[in-house]
Amino acid sequence: MLSYKLSKVVAHITCWVPLTYLIYAAYSRQLGADPQEEMLHQLGLWTLIYLLIGLSITPLNRIFKWSVLVKFRRMSGLYAFLYLILHLTVFFIFYLELNLVFLWDEILERPYITVGMIATLLLIPLVVTSTKKMQRRLGSNWKKLHKLVYPIAILGITHFIWQSKSDLNEPLLYLIWLTVLLGYRVNKARTK
Amino acid sequence: MKNRKLRSVLSSIKDNQVTTENIFWGRREFIKNLAVSSVGISALGGSLLNAAPTANSGFTTVEPLSSEYVVTHHNNFYEFSTSKKKPAEMAKDFNPGKDWKVSISGEIEKAGDYTLEDILKKTSIEERIYRLRCVEAWSMVVPWRGFQLSQLINYVKPTSKAKFVEFKTLESRSVFPGQNRGSLGFHVLPWPYKEGLRMDEAVNPLTFIATGVYGKDLPGQNGAPLRLIVPWKYGFKSIKSIVSMRFLDHQPQNTWHKNAPREYGFYANVNPEVDHPRWSQARERRITDESFFGVKKIPTQMFNGYAEQVAHMYKGMDLVRNF
Repeated sequence: MLSYKLSKVVAHITCWVPLTYLIYAAYSRQLGADPQEEMLHQLGLWTLIYLLIGLSITPLNRIFKWSVLVKFRRMSGLYAFLYLILHLTVFFIFYLELNLVFLWDEILERPYITVGMIATLLLIPLVVTSTKKMQRRLGSNWKKLHKLVYPIAILGITHFIWQSKSDLNEPLLYLIWLTVLLGYRVNKARTK
Repeated sequence: MKNRKLRSVLSSIKDNQVTTENIFWGRREFIKNLAVSSVGISALGGSLLNAAPTANSGFTTVEPLSSEYVVTHHNNFYEFSTSKKKPAEMAKDFNPGKDWKVSISGEIEKAGDYTLEDILKKTSIEERIYRLRCVEAWSMVVPWRGFQLSQLINYVKPTSKAKFVEFKTLESRSVFPGQNRGSLGFHVLPWPYKEGLRMDEAVNPLTFIATGVYGKDLPGQNGAPLRLIVPWKYGFKSIKSIVSMRFLDHQPQNTWHKNAPREYGFYANVNPEVDHPRWSQARERRITDESFFGVKKIPTQMFNGYAEQVAHMYKGMDLVRNF
């Protein structure tokens, strides 16, 4: 039990490391010549990473029978949301100059922004219903609702690929990660 | 007369000397004074300076310069890396010397292989401060050193058939690791990088070949040793590390257009009214320095603020279709 608690503390600290580093690096001018853009991109990338880690937990548990992992699934999802909020905050302040009209134009006119915003909206009900209480109250519907995380991940990766100018090597690595996870799920559902 | 003086002042600046921005500005002040005094002298002598930069030449601007750090550490140079930070580090061993060769060919009288030294002998070096607007909607203000491209073009004597110029960047997997396939087997772009200009664009007085920046020789990441600067067009037109110039009777295909014809055109004139299919070009993020608040959003100007000098070349042209 103690080791479980300890591992939770370690997991929390680990999740704050990227953010702490980014703030420190921004302050000490280590984010390159365009620190705002670097911050924006890094926060977006960590959102995807925590989303994909969360999605990897169930398959890893099934394959390696390491049930303790499941206790970290919610945590991973919530940290994905934290990084997403920060990603959007940087975008809204520095790219849209706090202008709601600009935000609306971007959502309507830029497909990759539209896709990103849909993913964000879909994530909100999952965050709201992430507590144990909500899980109990929703019963079997909770599981159905939280299947939304798959379209969210697909939209997130689409957003990532769509905004890159020509180098698809990095976004495709994340696409492969997601494809493996989806492949596992589809396969599981079929063999049931 | 004035140009020669400027040249000797500029060439007395040692290339490996570390120049802080303050010293740099001090020198600029000095050069300016020198220019003013030589104007005075020649006016007394009764001669007119025909090449003197006038207020509306577009050769300089009063906007604050982007810091030397951001100019040399924020580079779209995919031959090194698609990261804008990495070229500065990766270009450390790329120090092209005076024996750098440029093949100049096609519809001209004096075709041949020219070394960097040959080219510098045929041209006169001066300093220009230009706005640089990237198609990705960020921009900088950069003090370049170099020569007006028309000087070199006049020297090689284009024939009447020459309607376009095509430029190529060096292709070398050992110099440019980014020209290898990526981790998933994709080439980032079709190599070598190619760009093109219409003849009237190429000989426009604004069109420039940079050999230096911030009073020093051009660093590898900025496109050493010869880099085109077309300040009224998006940055990707300003091809780096040039090894070939071909004068053609037809429009050449440029790399980004070939890669994504819907997103990048041949003309690529800065135009706040014609958006990139995926993002707006109405405003830009002006990068002044590397601090977190060193970036400001400002409106983008038609032809990047050089309409007075270049708009006449596109009269009657549909700029939405010819983006």
